[in-house]
Amino acid sequence: METFDNEMRLMFQAKSCNEALARMTVAAFLTPLNPTLEELADTKTAVSEAVTNAIIHGYGDKEGTVELWCARKGSEVFFHIKDTGSGIADIEAAMEPMYTTKPEMERSGMGFSFMEAFTDELVVESAVGEGTVVKMKKRIG
Amino acid sequence: MQAAEYELQKDVLVIRLKADLDHHTAVTVRESADALLTRSRAKHILFDFTGVDFMDSSGIGVIMGRYRQVIFQGGRVGVMGVGSNVDRILKISGLYKIVERYETAEEAFTRPSEECLTGSN
Repeated sequence: METFDNEMRLMFQAKSCNEALARMTVAAFLTPLNPTLEELADTKTAVSEAVTNAIIHGYGDKEGTVELWCARKGSEVFFHIKDTGSGIADIEAAMEPMYTTKPEMERSGMGFSFMEAFTDELVVESAVGEGTVVKMKKRIG
Repeated sequence: MQAAEYELQKDVLVIRLKADLDHHTAVTVRESADALLTRSRAKHILFDFTGVDFMDSSGIGVIMGRYRQVIFQGGRVGVMGVGSNVDRILKISGLYKIVERYETAEEAFTRPSEECLTGSN
């Protein structure tokens, strides 16, 4: 099993008020690495997008739990955002810029584009009816 | 915490954001802004980000949505008090193509020609 310098796991209800909680947690987790303001903003945005997706698309009106896992090894930080909601049928389409299944909610379809732009690595694993895991990696410094 | 405060100045609905503009606050800002747009004579919208330096793609949806609300009546949308993080999101998303950025509220109301939010000068 891979060992990390530090690791944490946060589980919270799929409620929009917890989006800020997830961002603040990630920011606090990064603090020992002395990230620049830009690195901090990038990470917060990427995590915010993934958590928002889990709440809106993963669970929608249903109740559920979102899991945020963070780990650090050297200057590399790993973030996994997991839901056990509806899953994504076509990941490739979902990751297209401006693609959204919820235009009536004024979703801009920029979520995955931001995750991609603001991190160094993005992997999305999903199964319909089982849920989605978004895995991101970012180098700090 | 309230997501935003709303004020009508001339024909401009000023939305003073008080919290990060994410999906959580986007929902209430959208509802409040649209209710005010319907029952006031506001034609333009000015988003004031002073003191708020976080916005994600949900914020883009809110600004684009309000833009669609006012554009057909000849209205415009502006932003002010924009910090570096919000600025980056606005740049990357291409929103500055449809939204004017002002440094101060005064500038939004007095900048000459078609760039002025009220368009009255």
